[in-house]
Amino acid sequence: MPPSIQALTHKYFRHNKRFPHVWCPGCGNGIVMGALLRAITRLELEKDEVVLASGIGCSGRMPTYLDFNTLHTTHGRALTFATGIKLANPALNVVAIMGDGDATAIGGNHLIHAARRNLNLTAIIINNSIYGMTGGQYSPTTPFGATTTTSMYGHIEHAFSIAELTVTAGASFVARSTVYHAALADQLIEQAMMKPGFAVVEIISNCHVQYGRRNKTGSAIDMLTAFKEQAVTVKKAATMEQEELRDKITVGVLADRDLPVSTDEYKRIREQARAEQEKR
Amino acid sequence: MTEAKRKRCLLQGNEAVVQGALAARCRFFAGYPITPASEIAEQLSVRLPAVNGTFIQMEDEIASIGAVIGASLAGVKAMTATSGPGFSLMQENLGFACAAEVPCVIVNVMRGGPSTGLPTSPAQGDVQMARWGTHGDHPVIVLAVSSVLDSFTITVKAFNLAEQYRVPVIILSDEVVAHTRESVELPLNSEVKVVDRIAPGMPPDWYKPYQGDARGVPPMAAFGDGYRHHVTGLVHDQDGFPAQDPQEVEKYHLRLSMKITKGLADIQLTKKFQMDDAELFVVAYGSVARSAMRAVEDARKAGIKAGLLQLITLFPFPRRTLTPYLQQCHSVLVPELNLGQISREVQRVNQGQCAVVKLNRVDGKLITPQEIYNRLVKLSTGRVG
Repeated sequence: MPPSIQALTHKYFRHNKRFPHVWCPGCGNGIVMGALLRAITRLELEKDEVVLASGIGCSGRMPTYLDFNTLHTTHGRALTFATGIKLANPALNVVAIMGDGDATAIGGNHLIHAARRNLNLTAIIINNSIYGMTGGQYSPTTPFGATTTTSMYGHIEHAFSIAELTVTAGASFVARSTVYHAALADQLIEQAMMKPGFAVVEIISNCHVQYGRRNKTGSAIDMLTAFKEQAVTVKKAATMEQEELRDKITVGVLADRDLPVSTDEYKRIREQARAEQEKR
Repeated sequence: MTEAKRKRCLLQGNEAVVQGALAARCRFFAGYPITPASEIAEQLSVRLPAVNGTFIQMEDEIASIGAVIGASLAGVKAMTATSGPGFSLMQENLGFACAAEVPCVIVNVMRGGPSTGLPTSPAQGDVQMARWGTHGDHPVIVLAVSSVLDSFTITVKAFNLAEQYRVPVIILSDEVVAHTRESVELPLNSEVKVVDRIAPGMPPDWYKPYQGDARGVPPMAAFGDGYRHHVTGLVHDQDGFPAQDPQEVEKYHLRLSMKITKGLADIQLTKKFQMDDAELFVVAYGSVARSAMRAVEDARKAGIKAGLLQLITLFPFPRRTLTPYLQQCHSVLVPELNLGQISREVQRVNQGQCAVVKLNRVDGKLITPQEIYNRLVKLSTGRVG
C-alpha cells in the first residue's frame, strides 16, 4: 500500500508556511511533488539528510513547501549549488528540481557538465515545453510549429529531447515518465535516488494554461489523457521505426550504467594527496 | 618535539592567497581557469585534498560561484578566484550570496579591461564593479592587496569578515601583485586568528534562520545539521520564506545594510604613513600603493610634507578615516590604474574641503614612483593638477 496523500502531506509539508502554493489548478507539478515524496518515504530517508535545490520558474517553488533542507537558487543554477553541497557533505542526498527552460536553456551548460562529471546527484526535470511563470514564451522543448507568446507566427526551432541529451552527456541513470504515469514516476525517482552517480528523471508535464490554451491541447485532463496515449515503453520503442516514434513519448529507463562516480573518486584523490604531502 | 618555526619563503601573490586561504581553514575551492588568477586554482587543486578539502574545476565562473555558495551552505568555508571576464559572469550569484547571506570569498586578480582586454597586464578597472556589479542595493565588502604578505593576511581577514558578517567578501588583487615574487615570513597557522560563523544555539524548532542577532547577523546552520530551513534569493522574512509585505521587505533590506554599518570599525582597514603632519597626501591601493609609498618617502627627503593613506578596505568606503585628513591637508592625490574609480569616492566624501587630484594610467603599465613624486612636487608648490 502506498502511503496516503494525507499521510504524506502531514509528514512532509511545511504547515502554515506560505500556502496556498503558486501553481495553477491542474498543474502537473503537484503530481511530481507527490512522486518525490513517495520515493523518499519508500527509501526511508530522514528529512535532515535530504537537500532539495531548485532554480527559477514554477518548478522552483517546490522546495519552499517541503520540510527538508531546501534551497531556491538562481535561474538555471540549481545543479551548480547542488554540486557544492554534495562535495562539501557527501552524506546528504541532494536532489535538484528544475523545469525545461531552467535545466536546458539558461542551465543547459550546467546540465550536460553535471551529467559528464557524474557526481552522486539526482536531477528531476519537469518538462512542460513552455516558460509558464513568465507568461508562456517558447522553451528549448517547445515543439516545432507551436504557438507561444514569443512565437505567435509558429515556432521555427526544434526541441531538445532532454533524456536523450543527458544519456549522451554521460549520466549514470536516465529515465522518463509523464505526469499521467504517476506510479512510474515514483519508481523512477526512487531508482534515481538509489543509483550511485548522476541520475536524471525527466517528467513530461502539462501547462494547460500557458501552452494548452494557445495550442488547443485542451484542459489538464485532456493533456494527461494525451500523455497516456502518446506513451510507449522503452522496450516497445526499440521495435518501432523513427517515423512511428515522432509523436510518441518514450517512458521508462533509458540508461542505467555503472560508471566511476566522481564523489567516490575524490576520496582516492584525498588519500593520494595526503600520502604525497607526508613524503615531503 | 621541536617547536614549529616561521619560515622565510619566496612566494608570488597568488601563492600567498592560497596559503592565507588554507590558514583561514578554507576547505573548498571551485573555479575556472583564467589569466592571471589560475595559479590559485592550480595550487589549491594539489593542497586542498591533502587537508580533507575539495577542489573542483567547474564549467564556467557562474557554476564556480554556485558551487562555492552550495559548499558554504553545507558548512564548509569556500572561495573562488578569477579575473575580470570571470568576475563579470559571477555577478548574478554574487547577488544571491548577498541576499541569502552566504559567507564566501571571491578573489578578482584584475587585468586590463573591458572585455578580454589586456589579460597579462595589471589594471584597477573593476573597483566600482566589485561594489555595484550585482543588481539591487546590497551589502558587500571589498578589500585590496598590494603585496605578497598582504595577499596572505588580507585573505585570512577576508574569510574572517565573511564568516563574521555573513557576506561575500571580494579581494581585489592585480596582475602585478599576483605574479611578483617576494621574500616573506608568513605567520604559523597557530598564530593566525581565525573566525568561524556562529552556529545556532537554540533547539531546531526555535531557529529562525534570518533573524539577526544584536549585530544584525543571523546565526547560520549548515544543511544536514538538523536545523532544516529554506534558503532563497527572493526577499524573505525571518523564517526564510518569500515575503512581499512592504514592512517585511523594508526590514530585510535595512538589516542587510545595517549589519555592515554596525561593523564599520571592524571592516574599514587602512594603513597610514607619515600622515600626522602631512599637508598633502596620497590615497592609493593595490600595487599603486607601493609606488606611492616610495614617492612619499622621496617627497619627505625633499622637504615636502606628504603622507600616504593606503586603503585596504575599498568598500564600505572608509569615509571616517579620510575626513580628518581632508580637513588637515590642502590636496589629496589619487593615483589609479583606471580613469578614476576611487577618486570618485574621495570626491564624494571630500565635499570641497581640499583639492582632489587624479593621476591615472590605462596603458597596461604601472604608475611609477617618479610620476607620483613629480605630481606631489607640483602640488606642494601650489600648481594644482
